[in-house]
Amino acid sequence: MEYQLPEYNLLKMLPEIFLFVWALVVVTFDLGTKRKTGSAVGYLALLGLVITGLILIFTGYGRGFGNMFYNDPLALFFKIIFLGASFMAIGSSFGLTHQKIINHRGEYFALILFSTVGMMFLSSSNELLSLYIGLELTTIPLFVLAAFFKDDKLSVEAGVKYLVVGAFSSALLLYGLSFLYGMSGTTDILLMKVNLAVTQLKFEGNIGIILIMTIMLLLAGIGFKLSLPPFHQWAPDVYEGSPTPIAAFLSVGSKAAGLAAFAKIMVNGLYAFYDPVMTPNDWGILVGVLAAAAMILGNVVAIRQSNIKRMLAYSSIAQVGYIMIGMVSFNELGMSSVAFYIFAYMFANMGAFAVVAFFEDKTGSCQIESYTGLAKSSPLLSAAMAVFLLSLAGIPPLAGFLAKFYVFAAAIKMAGTDGAYHWLYWLVGIGLLTSVFALYYYANVIKTMYFSASDSPYKLRFTAPALTVILIGLIGVFLFGLYPEPIMKFASNIPASLGFIID
Amino acid sequence: MIEAGVSVIFWILAFIIIVSALAVVTLKNIFHSALFLILCLFSVAGIYIMLHAEFLAAAQVLIYVGAVSILIIFAIMLTSNLASERIVQSNKNALVAFFVCLMFLVTTIVLINKTGVWNYTSGVLPAENIITIGKLLMTQFMLPFEVVSVLMLAAMIGAIVLAREDKA
Repeated sequence: MEYQLPEYNLLKMLPEIFLFVWALVVVTFDLGTKRKTGSAVGYLALLGLVITGLILIFTGYGRGFGNMFYNDPLALFFKIIFLGASFMAIGSSFGLTHQKIINHRGEYFALILFSTVGMMFLSSSNELLSLYIGLELTTIPLFVLAAFFKDDKLSVEAGVKYLVVGAFSSALLLYGLSFLYGMSGTTDILLMKVNLAVTQLKFEGNIGIILIMTIMLLLAGIGFKLSLPPFHQWAPDVYEGSPTPIAAFLSVGSKAAGLAAFAKIMVNGLYAFYDPVMTPNDWGILVGVLAAAAMILGNVVAIRQSNIKRMLAYSSIAQVGYIMIGMVSFNELGMSSVAFYIFAYMFANMGAFAVVAFFEDKTGSCQIESYTGLAKSSPLLSAAMAVFLLSLAGIPPLAGFLAKFYVFAAAIKMAGTDGAYHWLYWLVGIGLLTSVFALYYYANVIKTMYFSASDSPYKLRFTAPALTVILIGLIGVFLFGLYPEPIMKFASNIPASLGFIID
Repeated sequence: MIEAGVSVIFWILAFIIIVSALAVVTLKNIFHSALFLILCLFSVAGIYIMLHAEFLAAAQVLIYVGAVSILIIFAIMLTSNLASERIVQSNKNALVAFFVCLMFLVTTIVLINKTGVWNYTSGVLPAENIITIGKLLMTQFMLPFEVVSVLMLAAMIGAIVLAREDKA
């Protein structure tokens, strides 16, 4: 056996390396100035993200360390989403850092940046080991961030819950990955794919029995990260307890990371076993059932919530259900619609959470009824919230509408071309039906803000970072709702990096 | 002769593992449970050595027997009055949990036995297990190895933030 350092191309890894170093700079700066700099630390963190984004664009495609670091269109697209989510999460944290975590500002921002580095590593690894390490680097800072209000019982509870669930799900995922390694003899996803197919031929489908077990473990492990029912119970409690920007980051960044892992391991790695003819190996229909459960449960339970963070938690469970429709309609449009969906979801959800965070900083309340009559006293804030919620509900001409449209179109197209995929019609039907429920609870918040007799006691004045984040969200929601072509064009390269052959 | 010796050792280890694992979840004194946990993990390391997985055995002893157990014992000692109290180890869901775990175990064993596809082992034991792993970590798997250090740093910063007392 030869031991050789693979060609490592560290330059291709420059965005990650830079962001990691920048996180250290942020901590050191905060310590060096004896934590007396006010918002400067936060602006420093934002600057780091912007520079990383620029470096990322100039670095472009390429690979290093074999397949362990592979900057393909999928990686690039997800990295932009991670950076955007991180930017918006940090931007909506300024009120928080002024009041509650004044002693740990630097660490707070640095941990968000560390988590972002982990997501970026994850999205560009095509190898099980580095993918797993990337996932851990994503979640471990988030455990700490969820428990960041040390004196707040709910926050500590959220941190502990997330830690236990996260550790448990990582163990399940790792167990599944070890089975994959045992069957294929390699951790390289592309090689694993080939080896599994060879083994499959050799044993005439006998591999299926152990593969079902493997797929169950992988689905459970990733399902926890995605909060896909029945692995969703942690999400509402953790979102409610953790600092609001962190809840936002969990619901977009961490979820997008989970989706990237899903696309890499399941869609790309177990591609050969996504075959309705070989019924025992067909994991697609299983994921379809989970997606249906997510849409129904998320949307129905969200109606009964009185806390807006819990409502958004259930709504994000439902949104993952819609995303999974695109994932299991196994065609090119499906994969690019998934990417577009997350992109649109990022703007709308981060925007909605930014409004909630801002409102919470000023008033200390997360109850929906506190928003009563807000439209008269703070018209811009209410209008922004209404737009974000309508985009989440999927109302044209906002980006959320097109996202849902593409996902459903992909499913219908696949169901139409292949008779074995007829169950996708059911999925689309459930999706359309539950969208109505979704509209109900989103509209309920809008009704509370706009159409109520009593006046709001709060008169809120924007702060610069919060306004920036909300404006970014608004621009994204409107711009990509009216003009989705550039994003869809970019996203249409993604199926190729998941092993789809495009004609 | 050697074969018989090996299997005798295996059964002794298996017996110790099962008895000590049961002791962990049934004893009334939490400190005794922790000590039996150490014994259990140590015997598992013995099994790893029998399987010629020296690296795994060393990691097991260092991480579980060393670090994790010490942590548990410290946690018990620092928690007031916990070491002497008699604790209740189970609740009304114990039976359900037992059957769920049993089902998982049986399914796993059956599936692993039924599957004849673990054909990527060459059948020859690598002579220098630890050396191979070390060399691979420094060559082919350099990237994850380095990213782990970033992970450690993030975890350390997080731990300090959570554990440090804030001055008002």
